[in-house]
Amino acid sequence: MTMHTLSSDDFIDPAAGRRRPGRAQISGMVLLAAIACFAVFGPWLIGIDPAVQQLERYLEAPSLAHPLGLDQLGRSALARLAHAAQLSLALALISVLSAAIPGTLLGLLAAWRGGWLERVLAAIADAVLALPGLLLVLLLAAFAPGGFWPLYVGISLALWVEYFRVVRAATRILMASPHVEAARLLGFGPLHIVRRHLLPELLPRLFTLMRFGFAGAVLAMAALGFVGVGLQPPTAELGVMMIELLPYYGEAPWLIGAPVLVLFLTLLGLLLLSPETEAA
Amino acid sequence: MTFFSTPRVRPYLRRAGTALAQRLLQALLVALLVGTLCFFMTRMLPGDMAYRIAAGRYGYDMVTTAAAEAVRLELGLDRPWPAALAEWWGRLLQFDLGVSQVTAQPVAMEIAWQLGPTLNLSLLAMALSLFIGPTLGVLAGLTPGGWIDRLTLAVSTVLRALPSFLLGLVLVLVFSVKLGVLPAAGHDDHGSILLPALTLALGMAAVSCRVARDAMVGVRGSAYFAFAMTKGLNTRQALARHGLRNVAAPVVAYLGVQLVYLVEGVVLVETIFAWPGIGHALVHAIFGRDVPMIQGTALVLGLMFVLFNALVDAACAFIDPRRRP
Repeated sequence: MTMHTLSSDDFIDPAAGRRRPGRAQISGMVLLAAIACFAVFGPWLIGIDPAVQQLERYLEAPSLAHPLGLDQLGRSALARLAHAAQLSLALALISVLSAAIPGTLLGLLAAWRGGWLERVLAAIADAVLALPGLLLVLLLAAFAPGGFWPLYVGISLALWVEYFRVVRAATRILMASPHVEAARLLGFGPLHIVRRHLLPELLPRLFTLMRFGFAGAVLAMAALGFVGVGLQPPTAELGVMMIELLPYYGEAPWLIGAPVLVLFLTLLGLLLLSPETEAA
Repeated sequence: MTFFSTPRVRPYLRRAGTALAQRLLQALLVALLVGTLCFFMTRMLPGDMAYRIAAGRYGYDMVTTAAAEAVRLELGLDRPWPAALAEWWGRLLQFDLGVSQVTAQPVAMEIAWQLGPTLNLSLLAMALSLFIGPTLGVLAGLTPGGWIDRLTLAVSTVLRALPSFLLGLVLVLVFSVKLGVLPAAGHDDHGSILLPALTLALGMAAVSCRVARDAMVGVRGSAYFAFAMTKGLNTRQALARHGLRNVAAPVVAYLGVQLVYLVEGVVLVETIFAWPGIGHALVHAIFGRDVPMIQGTALVLGLMFVLFNALVDAACAFIDPRRRP
């Protein structure tokens, strides 16, 4: 839920990238790989249109043709689940990327140039952080209720700030370090310094942020769909499916269980990837 | 009294003043951000804004061209947008939140009704989470690797991967449907606040438990704790006199991060439990495209976030003397 789980204080973790993956991290990777395969190849392998209704067969129990049965409108539950997983992961991926790339570049630029540019960017970042991320997404979603693009824009807008702040803080420290100073004095250009000296140090921190951002994006989409201000039915979306299938949990618990499980396992996989769960 | 009469009071006040100024700036940023977004929202919604606002004020049957023109003139809707935006900000800074387009009541009045339930819910959730999380965390941290530690790690990992709206659903299924001991939704005197508060509290406790556990492990390995034990205090005394304050500092500091979860969770959990607070009102205002209500509720939620943040700052300085000058 928390989109701003990390502050710029959290980035100092020199060993994060080099530690060998533990049991928790490996199970997280396996989980995520399985869900990603389901989302990428599922819709194509299943090959059933998630929108086709067979009203006379509503709530049909699982069978070989429909491994998760049919939902309240007689649509294939597995096909809908695969399309919903694909939609969630796709939204999370593109919003994380479109937050991370400009956020990182602006962070580098601010730390490099300093001066008024840095102050203006920092003020904008403060303004965005003044509001909890989900509120910002909600406000943007209100522009065009039910649309995909407001969700995407809102999530990206809420997320870029973290990359900006972390990259700016880390770059400022790195710029003062002897090896970067030596490289600058030797006359290497900014591109070389960024590639050889800054990015290797920044990447592990960026991956940590991306993991949290990915979880936040998947979560925001499902949460808004669940309370009815995100994507609208008949879209196959995890949160929308949950709220649609909730009334049938007594007759067909597997129907609502499936999207809940996919969401839970996605978030669990992302959580297990982080080294701190290995602590105990 | 003695504290305030010492010569150390002046830098302390100056620091508190700076912190307060930063939070006031944050509050101003919240207002400008929410106000600007809502301003453009009104302009981008389909239909003629003047007619829509007139309908909200006078009822759909009473909208005439004259009424719409009067609204247009009064609100400056015919003027170019920079001037209108400046005026919109001006009204917002005077706390003029306008009139709900759905209920035709002043937004401020609606929010005055909803603020109480929201504050009750969030404060109870925070109190419950601080009771559950750090208590278990300290117990876990006393014996790292013990069964309490492993159990709380497992439960906290599961809870952190379970979004608040699903956790709420699980609690309703267990406590209302299966056991029938607590009401599933609504707002009355018979414990209906417990399930939504517990939903938020468990989500927050899942994290604060681990924070407290790590802090406790740190305290346990520290020289001052070893000395307290060596000089003959038992674990309980050493904890009470030397341990708890050091565990409390990171827990309270982390509360600042968790406020994001709390405010976001309030919106979702209020909606699911039909709790008549501001988050619930925000979601319903979005359904109804009621921009003045969207603006008012988002603004108050944002300001609540700023206020809680300021309180956490103050609590941090109170607990940890190293953060005082």
